[in-house]
Amino acid sequence: MQEPQPQPADQPAAGAIDTLRRFETPEGVEIALRLAGPVPRALAFAIDFAIRAGLYLLLLPLAGLAGVGVGLLLLALFLLEWLYPVLFELRSGATPGKRAMGLLVVHADGTPVGPSASLLRNLLRAADFLPVLYGLGLAAMLADRDFRRLGDLAAGTLVIHRDAPPLPAALPVHPPLPPPAPLDLATQQAVLAFAERSRTLSPARQAELAALAGLTTAPGADPVAALLGIANWISRGNTADAAAPLPAHADVEDPAQAP
Amino acid sequence: MRQHAFEAAHVDTWRRLEALLAALEDRRAPGPGVPVQRLPRLLRAVSGHYAIARARGYSPGLVARLHALVRRGYRQLHRPRPRWPQLLLHFAVAGFPQALRRHHRLFWLACALFFGPMLAMGAACYADATLIHSLLDSTQVAEYESMYDPTNDKLGRTPSRQADDDVMMFGFYVWNNVGIALRTFAWGLLAGAGSGFVLMMNGLAIGAVAGHLTQLGFAAPFWSFVSGHSSLELTGIAVAGTAGLLLGSALLAPGRRSRPAALRARAAEAVPLVLGAMALLVLAALVEAFWSASAGVPPTLKYGVGAGGWVLVAAYFGFAGRGAADSARAGPAGAVPWT
Repeated sequence: MQEPQPQPADQPAAGAIDTLRRFETPEGVEIALRLAGPVPRALAFAIDFAIRAGLYLLLLPLAGLAGVGVGLLLLALFLLEWLYPVLFELRSGATPGKRAMGLLVVHADGTPVGPSASLLRNLLRAADFLPVLYGLGLAAMLADRDFRRLGDLAAGTLVIHRDAPPLPAALPVHPPLPPPAPLDLATQQAVLAFAERSRTLSPARQAELAALAGLTTAPGADPVAALLGIANWISRGNTADAAAPLPAHADVEDPAQAP
Repeated sequence: MRQHAFEAAHVDTWRRLEALLAALEDRRAPGPGVPVQRLPRLLRAVSGHYAIARARGYSPGLVARLHALVRRGYRQLHRPRPRWPQLLLHFAVAGFPQALRRHHRLFWLACALFFGPMLAMGAACYADATLIHSLLDSTQVAEYESMYDPTNDKLGRTPSRQADDDVMMFGFYVWNNVGIALRTFAWGLLAGAGSGFVLMMNGLAIGAVAGHLTQLGFAAPFWSFVSGHSSLELTGIAVAGTAGLLLGSALLAPGRRSRPAALRARAAEAVPLVLGAMALLVLAALVEAFWSASAGVPPTLKYGVGAGGWVLVAAYFGFAGRGAADSARAGPAGAVPWT
């Protein structure tokens, strides 16, 4: 058991300027959402606009069917103009454009958006659009620390990035090596983070970082190997089975293997 | 406990949650073999592991993996699964009229903003044949005059559109009228001014056309055309205006809440009003396209249907859902049956 210490690494000071919104789930743990800013949202809108324009073009031959065709065309126009985003947000939380940009619409508490909020935020586009091309909406987004346009403010919704950044690889297995002195929690985590990231770094960069860490035990020892050894000592201990690789990581990492 | 031992002890639980989430995230409904009922317990367990991993300072990679699992599980556990048939039925027989009665003051205000200018402008244009030109340009006036010419086969359509299909006019009425209603609602966000403006301008235009055509002697075709759908359409616009004024009132008179909180609460209450307005206007478009335009029906029958419509609309909003439990009031503050 490592010494319990206050969590240093991923709890920034209150009021930190970042785009992570944290809140506590009913299970009592804190989860973080990454808010999406105006640029990916504008791109998502552009993609949706192109899709809608394509649908208009596909439906245009209906006008050739005289009365009934034009009536259906106008109905389709109405539905595409007002309810296209609602339909997709209720199905999967995102329009095709948002999905392509990896965005997701959620309630302010992180739960998937429901019918009422989705309808509100999309009908109020008519106000966000004023005076031209989402002028008011953009102004509201830039003024709000959660990047909410007027429709989001009224509906109590957020637009977030769907996926967390890619997960780091599993710890590389290495003969464990005790650290030269007891390490505090922040240093332990730095060493573990180095080990997890080491495969994505060039050997020269690895050596540079490991030398900077200054945790090498013996003179002349390879500092990278020493650091990986300390990481293994922290995570596995100096036990006989320490070298046995854990199959868990591969499964948790790779969604394709899930049944 | 070392991280390696911790992972070895719990990796089975993580794998079970992972597999369950993969099944639930599939678009199709989960099959009978998927143990959906295990989700809350598994999520609680993994939430605990995530909290422990963070507190013990396990590697950032493990913490991130557990965080991703908890986020995905949270999303699945709280996914809304509305029961549409029950919701829509309850909305139609009780929820909508209850919502309008809750906001009856704003409804009467919207009516005053809409029908006030309409009546005044109607009377003025009836008295003065030139006054309509102060509001509409001469091509529009000529178009309205041709639409209600007593010699038309189809009322309410210009001579060039006489042959057009009823379905086409239905599409046009939905696209145009429901669009106006939704803008009336959305522009209420501008402190209610947008809704008030749209209500007044529509009131003025409708009153002007009505007064002008009556004064021209086109009373029979005009009034017999509009009477059938008037109750649904005019009420629908007024209800949309009520919803818009409700948004505006959150900014002008937030009461004991902050303005953002008042906006969220009242916007949620405006949802049933907007939905109801849309339904009323789609019904109005049906009546307008398939009943109002037919010139073969004697005007007295049309007036009778029109009057019957007003009685039904008044009875619906006055009495429907009186005895039923008010779900919005019974629920937590600010909640609506739609969330």
